[in-house]
Amino acid sequence: MSKVYLALQDNDISRYIVEAIEEDNPGVTIIHNPAMIRIENEGTLVVNRETVEEKLGRDWDVQELHLNLITLGGNVDEDDERLSLSWNA
Amino acid sequence: MPVRAITPDYVGEVKDLQANFHGNQLVYVGWDHHLMFCAAFAFPLPPTTTFRQLRDEVMVEGFSAHPEWKEIDWDSTQWLLNGEPFIPQLDVALIDQGIDHKSLLRFQTPELKGFMGAAV
Amino acid sequence: MAANKLNLKDKYRLLTRDLDWEFSYQERKKAFPFEEFEGIKITDWSKWEDPFRLTMDAYWKYQAEKEKKLYAIFDAFAQNNSQLNVTDPRYINAIKLFLTAVSPLEYQAFQGFAHTGRQFGGVGARVACQMQSIDELRHVQTQIHAMSHYNKFFDGFQDWSHMHDRVWYLSVPKSFFDDARSAGPFEYLVAISFSFEYVLTNLLFVPFMSGAAYNGDMATVTFGFSAQSDEARHMTLGLEVIKFLLEQHEDNVPLVQKWIDKWFWRGAQLLSIVGMMMDYMLPNKVMSWKEAWGVYFEEAGGALFKDLARYGIRMPKYVEQVQTEHMSHQLWWTMYTHGHATGFHTWIPTDEEMDWLSEKYPETFDKYYRPRWELAKQMEAEGNRFYTKALPQLCTTCQIPMLFTEVDDPTQLSFRDTVYHGERYHFCSDGCRDIFHEEPEKYVQSWLPVHQIFQGNCGGPGVEQVLSEYYGMNLGADNLDIKGSPDEQRWNRWKGVA
Repeated sequence: MSKVYLALQDNDISRYIVEAIEEDNPGVTIIHNPAMIRIENEGTLVVNRETVEEKLGRDWDVQELHLNLITLGGNVDEDDERLSLSWNA
Repeated sequence: MPVRAITPDYVGEVKDLQANFHGNQLVYVGWDHHLMFCAAFAFPLPPTTTFRQLRDEVMVEGFSAHPEWKEIDWDSTQWLLNGEPFIPQLDVALIDQGIDHKSLLRFQTPELKGFMGAAV
Repeated sequence: MAANKLNLKDKYRLLTRDLDWEFSYQERKKAFPFEEFEGIKITDWSKWEDPFRLTMDAYWKYQAEKEKKLYAIFDAFAQNNSQLNVTDPRYINAIKLFLTAVSPLEYQAFQGFAHTGRQFGGVGARVACQMQSIDELRHVQTQIHAMSHYNKFFDGFQDWSHMHDRVWYLSVPKSFFDDARSAGPFEYLVAISFSFEYVLTNLLFVPFMSGAAYNGDMATVTFGFSAQSDEARHMTLGLEVIKFLLEQHEDNVPLVQKWIDKWFWRGAQLLSIVGMMMDYMLPNKVMSWKEAWGVYFEEAGGALFKDLARYGIRMPKYVEQVQTEHMSHQLWWTMYTHGHATGFHTWIPTDEEMDWLSEKYPETFDKYYRPRWELAKQMEAEGNRFYTKALPQLCTTCQIPMLFTEVDDPTQLSFRDTVYHGERYHFCSDGCRDIFHEEPEKYVQSWLPVHQIFQGNCGGPGVEQVLSEYYGMNLGADNLDIKGSPDEQRWNRWKGVA
């Protein structure tokens, strides 16, 4: 299985998003580079609205992710509840 | 298909015809295994230039900054013209010995290994 | 969530495909005249999916927020005189190159997507191209704003757009986009959305921008990451384009593969500029070009092509010939030795930087590249800083000076040629030669700067007049070595260094 990845700007909101990702994707790898955080996982990665809201303590629209997103790799599927990344092979 | 175009039988304008160089032709010259010079040089020259003029006047401008330039033994230097072994005739015009527009001349000096022996 | 609120999927459907209309008095074919000539077969445009399901209302909302954040940082940067906080004035030269080489490509992408979007019969594709077109315009504007601050303090920023159209080394990025924009709409999408955005631009906007942050340049890292947040959407569009084309008809597979082969190679050669910026122009280095290639191409691209294998798509053809071990060194040497003709400053790497390069390129740097810098140091010490005298031979396809070496011999330049209709053409590599062979009628038109100078089309008669009058460089200020430059003198004055 190949790795999917997501890179976020290293800022205050991303900190909580990363916490949510860590909780929902056991085994995920977090790499800190200057000004950015890179998150990698084997095969799939999911960002759940509910978990992010819990960490942030406020409503959060999945599309708000775009404000902090730098780049990603994998097939994207997004709806009101989550954004997921996956490779089929 | 020479091009994938929406216009039928599309033909491109050749930008670098010799006629566009005001009587000159282009000749490229490269010194193999001497990478102080990042690429071969391009020289616009009258086709009647002799090989001696090319070697002793034109090439000096491009290559003489090299510490090994003065050590070249031209009698044992090997030449390639457009990839084929070539024996230059010093007092014959370039065009009369097959060095035509956009020809590439390479010369090889196997006894000279470049600065610090590193092909520089 | 309130029951009367539409969910994302319904909203996207209503705001995209239901916007389309049927043509009552004109044939559909005439409305979309560019759709068929490339040979791509589309049977059902409604199968087009935008995985982000971004509608125009949400697009404006989030883009406006991105802009607010970005401009707040630009203001803070300017008010704080943050140009003084960059590591070292050498760094600024990477930004000069960015403004003249990359930002105009954002503008070309804006034009390209506006044109291409118009040509598609499917409304989902049209909306996606429209958003991307607006994004690209935003990118060029924010980049100009960010870098205009540096224009107040450093040389070489004055005439970037004019230079992009004329300067010899800038014909490399310019001709890359000219090639894509003069292709049909499907090739343009495979070239830019997929091969460039998905497979390659991460290498520019992620590790290089992280490097900008590491060198104290908050303005650049911010516009870079803000642009790249749009790129995440563009990349997703790129992958969608490929999957859509491959699922529409099996006859599309070989066409798409051919374009991937071509545009991967064009992109890899072009990005040697970024490799040089990372390895030589960033005083504080995040990772080497070779490492970045490993993470962002080999690893990420490997996963991507494995995923696409089910459609019969394989890795790009010339992937084994990309010389990540050598390209950055060979290109910086070229710029250094042509430093009298560049719109930015060049320099010999410091001893510490050379040690870093040996560590990152243990098999090759000391053997092939350190000796060149030893020669340059020796010549400089003798008061004879090396500037090459004659003009270089250029590759007909990528337009880069023919500076790359043979894949199996780093001591020998790679020469390829072909004769077409009685004219000889030269190439730096198998990839560039094969691209010419596919469409010679296109590339016989290459506007090669060295040849144009010799044809008298760039002013003159001497190189000095070409540089100053035709290119618009301020000679003695914009060009030459960083040592002794006005940039360096001002910097030392600001920093109180004698």
